[in-house]
Amino acid sequence: MAEFFASSWGTALILISQGLMMAVFLLLSAYFLIYADRKVWAAVQMRRGPNVVGAFGLLQSGADMLKLVFKEIIIPAGADKPVFFLAPLISFVMAILAWAVIPLNDGWVLSEINVALLFVFAISSLEVYGVIMGGWASNSKYPFLGSLRSAAQMISYEVSIGLIIIGVIISTGSMNFGDIVRAQEGEFGIFNWYWLPHLPMVFLFFISALAETNRPPFDLPEAESELVAGFQVEYSSTPFLLFMAGELIAVFLMCALTTLLFFGGWLSPIPGLADGFHWMLAKMGFFFFVFAMVKAITPRYRYDQLMRLGWKVFLPISLGWVIIVAFLAKFNMFGGAYARWVIGA
Amino acid sequence: MSIFVSTFYLFSLSVIAGGLMTVISRNPVHSVLWLILAFLSSAGLFVLLGAEFLAMLLIIVYVGAVAVLFLFVVMMLDVDFSTLKAEMAGYLPIALLIAVVLVMQLAMAFGLWSYADTAVGAREVLVNPEYHNTQALGLILYDRYFILFQLSGLILLVAMIGAIVLTLRHRKNVKRQNILSQIYRDPDKSLEILDVKPGQGL
Repeated sequence: MAEFFASSWGTALILISQGLMMAVFLLLSAYFLIYADRKVWAAVQMRRGPNVVGAFGLLQSGADMLKLVFKEIIIPAGADKPVFFLAPLISFVMAILAWAVIPLNDGWVLSEINVALLFVFAISSLEVYGVIMGGWASNSKYPFLGSLRSAAQMISYEVSIGLIIIGVIISTGSMNFGDIVRAQEGEFGIFNWYWLPHLPMVFLFFISALAETNRPPFDLPEAESELVAGFQVEYSSTPFLLFMAGELIAVFLMCALTTLLFFGGWLSPIPGLADGFHWMLAKMGFFFFVFAMVKAITPRYRYDQLMRLGWKVFLPISLGWVIIVAFLAKFNMFGGAYARWVIGA
Repeated sequence: MSIFVSTFYLFSLSVIAGGLMTVISRNPVHSVLWLILAFLSSAGLFVLLGAEFLAMLLIIVYVGAVAVLFLFVVMMLDVDFSTLKAEMAGYLPIALLIAVVLVMQLAMAFGLWSYADTAVGAREVLVNPEYHNTQALGLILYDRYFILFQLSGLILLVAMIGAIVLTLRHRKNVKRQNILSQIYRDPDKSLEILDVKPGQGL
């Protein structure tokens, strides 16, 4: 038996079961995140939110899911069928795929690769296709407009996210999440994390993450008031569910990225307390709360303002920051806060 | 068959299938989608070679940016591809000639040529265990061939500026927004808060 698990097919089997565990974790978190999202939103608007199905409405997400699964799948006339069904699958699968390299604790990662950060970046650049294909295949004007908008938006903000990530990579000297988190370890706990040296970028990253995941105030692709529901207009039933779940998991991924890049991942904020999975989960939960609050308290951006912000404000600032960080790291300024090379040196 | 070999065949088959379908698809949007499949599978082949950095770059640059632009253009331009295809039949002899030349080159590469002893070693540089291949590439591009790398960047910049100069037109009689004046607008001057009693209106 042990021999089998050492062989390449046995390793593949182990990897597949680990992957399934990760997927179950993600779907469970999506279940509770959508509940949390609605509750926070409701609390800000002084409503109660979901409170009928189950205790405190805890079963509401499950009921919604069942409802969506059992509905009829409606295919618009003239829709491009294969592409129409491929689109929600892509956006769901890509959202889950990126988690293959996200560590939840020291060593708790499906695939410990050197270019983990680039992998996440590559996968999140593929998420555009779910939107763009869905909008085109629906053979309808509103979804098409929504998908064009969304594609432009996601590409624009990806650029600034990429540049912000480069700053962190320069400081760490590695693109592996484990190395990035370990570089933030130190005797001062929370003050050793990257949010302090990279403070301006934390805000830029968070705002770009909002735009990248199409969350309010940048939810232009859906923009109910003008585009009905953007690229999702023609989708019903399970395909719609896949879009929603994919979107939510992508948001959760952005929370995980913020935690890992700037807020020390699984490290404890107070020196002396044990590091671990619970810190990672608590930090991701906190950032999801911030995401939900932003959704509740900000009005939607106008489209031209959104593009201007991406290309004329965020891009120059983050590009300048890369150059500044490169100098600060090269000349080891501020006690080496910007140059914590784990490998090489 | 080991898992390595079977994934190699999987990826190569899907590269070939993707390339073939790109050419023979009737719908141009489908063509671009098949092209994306070919890109993704070749990224997989790069990973199998141990060149994970190149694989990720291929996905980010080609799939994440270039193919999105293709898709945009193909979706938005109303090109009549059937007439284009009809014209294309005229180029068939030239295409066949190029194909024959390519096949002959491949046959020469694999049939007549023999590899120098150093070539085998040079191919293994990629999987040098002392460096990650990100580091290895960085050392080559930014250290040894720094000037050449910067110059090629400069050429791209010139090409970009050229493209902008060629297409930039300042149209008159178009209303434009003045973003700065929008941002610095004073709420005190443009907003008025009134206490309106219910049912009365202003």
